[in-house]
Amino acid sequence: MQDTILERIARSPAYNTLKRKRLRFGWLLTIAMLLVYYGFITVIAFRKDLLAVPIGEGVMTWGIPIGFGVILFTVVVTAIYVLRANSDYDELTAQVKREVLK
Amino acid sequence: MSPITFFPRLAAVLALSLTPGLALAAGAIEGAVEKQPTNWTAIAMFGFFVVATLFITKWAAGRTKSAADFYTAGGGITGFQNGLAIAGDYMSAASFLGISAAVMLQGYDGLIYSIGFLVGWPILTFLMAERLRNLGKFTFADVAAFRFAQTPVRVFAAISTLVVVAFYLIAQMVGAGQLIKLLFGLEYLYAVIVVGILMMVYVLFGGMTATTWVQIIKACLLLGGASFMALMVMMQYGFSLESLFADSVKVKTDLALASGKTPEEAAATGIAIMGPGTFVKDPISAISFGMALMFGTAGLPHILMRFFTVPSAKEARKSVMWATVWIGYFYMLTFIIGFGAIVYVLTNPGLVSYDAKGVLTLVGGNNMAAIHLAQAVGGNIFLGFISAVAFATILAVVAGLTLSGASAVSHDLYSTVFKNGKADSASELRVSRITTICLGIVAVVLGLAFEKQNIAFMVSLAFAIAASANFPVLFMSLLWKGMTTRGAVVGGALGLISSVALTIISPSVWEATLGFEKGSAPFPYTSPALFSMVLGFAGIWLFSITDKSRRGDQDRAGYLAQEIRSETGIGAAEASAH
Repeated sequence: MQDTILERIARSPAYNTLKRKRLRFGWLLTIAMLLVYYGFITVIAFRKDLLAVPIGEGVMTWGIPIGFGVILFTVVVTAIYVLRANSDYDELTAQVKREVLK
Repeated sequence: MSPITFFPRLAAVLALSLTPGLALAAGAIEGAVEKQPTNWTAIAMFGFFVVATLFITKWAAGRTKSAADFYTAGGGITGFQNGLAIAGDYMSAASFLGISAAVMLQGYDGLIYSIGFLVGWPILTFLMAERLRNLGKFTFADVAAFRFAQTPVRVFAAISTLVVVAFYLIAQMVGAGQLIKLLFGLEYLYAVIVVGILMMVYVLFGGMTATTWVQIIKACLLLGGASFMALMVMMQYGFSLESLFADSVKVKTDLALASGKTPEEAAATGIAIMGPGTFVKDPISAISFGMALMFGTAGLPHILMRFFTVPSAKEARKSVMWATVWIGYFYMLTFIIGFGAIVYVLTNPGLVSYDAKGVLTLVGGNNMAAIHLAQAVGGNIFLGFISAVAFATILAVVAGLTLSGASAVSHDLYSTVFKNGKADSASELRVSRITTICLGIVAVVLGLAFEKQNIAFMVSLAFAIAASANFPVLFMSLLWKGMTTRGAVVGGALGLISSVALTIISPSVWEATLGFEKGSAPFPYTSPALFSMVLGFAGIWLFSITDKSRRGDQDRAGYLAQEIRSETGIGAAEASAH
């Protein structure tokens, strides 16, 4: 790849939008994931009795929906990222290619 | 061999008792275990699996002509297929048998443990998957060394890959040997040799194509079998988790009463399975272990390699999405299966025994929880099926590991370092095949050598190294412009050495394997990741910013080209066959 093409891509608005969007959205979801998981671990480390609190009359505790919730959250944030990236980022990438590699 | 000496180790291997809490699950198993009677149904089903996969290998061999075919199946795997293959690579026999056993013994703690294995996937997706696909060709070192001096970074990456693969492989081989004894009633030696030979055949002839399909088939069988078991359990309870849990608590309470506890104590023991127990010993171990699992996932060479088998960044993203779906679903199933084992297996007097100390043990060991449950809900045929799947699972995992180790040697060391990138595809392919044979032999030898060792720490060590050496180098090289060759090599080496060293002086090796006095381990925590990962990152940073060499300037200047390719894929070598 020649420097001139690199420079043209680096100046391309579509490229910069793509880069900014991906970085921001990726970090946003990463931080959300870190908060959820380490939040869960921290509760277990310091106040594990909270997760053993029964929900109702029966034996079901808050820990069960919360634990399953962490699993679901993991799957859902991944899906959100992928669905958005597959519609949005690929379109922008195609645009960069159209702009620069004519 | 003495049955007493072998069992705690098996328990340790399968329960992956990386933490004091789960070590309890493993440590609780002290009853004598003999080789089980030969199980012909299971052997026949496994034989069927082997024949089917050998046919696939034969078909794959016809399509494996170039190095690209060998390493990445020509890049022709779809995102959905790759997602299943990743899941097949990741869901080991240890997770299936070990986690369901941990849930049976400790309830909620088993869930906490399994969640750790899942949470790394989003991180890998958000920050790395598509960039990896855009930059890499065959191995993660392609990405890590992209803009740096090839030789030092490749050598580091190859060593780190081989170390991770070796520890992971030993755990799998020893697990296979123990498992075959329990499930099929055959000798340890046979199991290790059978695994070694089959894995060599898959990789040698079928390369990535065969390995991928073995993993896909195994993932489908495992998910299907586990779904059936969970379904049968839930059906019994009218699909009410509440009634399943209520019954489980009752069973646990009754068992505690029978062991001579007062009614109050027994009730407390029973309800304890519904909340966190002893899994988390201290906050530092919890965080550190969580980090090893989370970031280790994003640094496992055999997992990273799977991203190069798909044709585009879009398919790479889809791969992780599907992998996360299947793995998340699988861990939910193991939780239900564990509770199923409480109500079906622990209540069957024929399957439960107590040792001299009054500690409960299942026939064949506590890791047989899921296997006994299979018999309870599906009879002997289903028991045979689940046993065969558990063994097939190990095969799929070792094949992936071997391929990853072979590519580190042939692609990173031979082709790039020794031949300066000028090796032709045929000679590179020949080297990877020779390496595969060597790795197969080494794996069998190590499997035999470690038969009687306590190797519970090995998988956690593999994750810790991946998180402390591979992950920081890969992550920083992708996202930090200022990184240089020197930073990569020094930081990566610091992460690698410190994670191994701290593991050696931690209780799981110092006390459990080397046999020093309990409580004498100089490093008191379960996992080194919190410290070794920070050291890896700090090393990269410090040795990069202080790098005034010409090479360093070149490395920084190369970031723009790397970034553009990692973001857009423009200029990416097409691994896929057109």
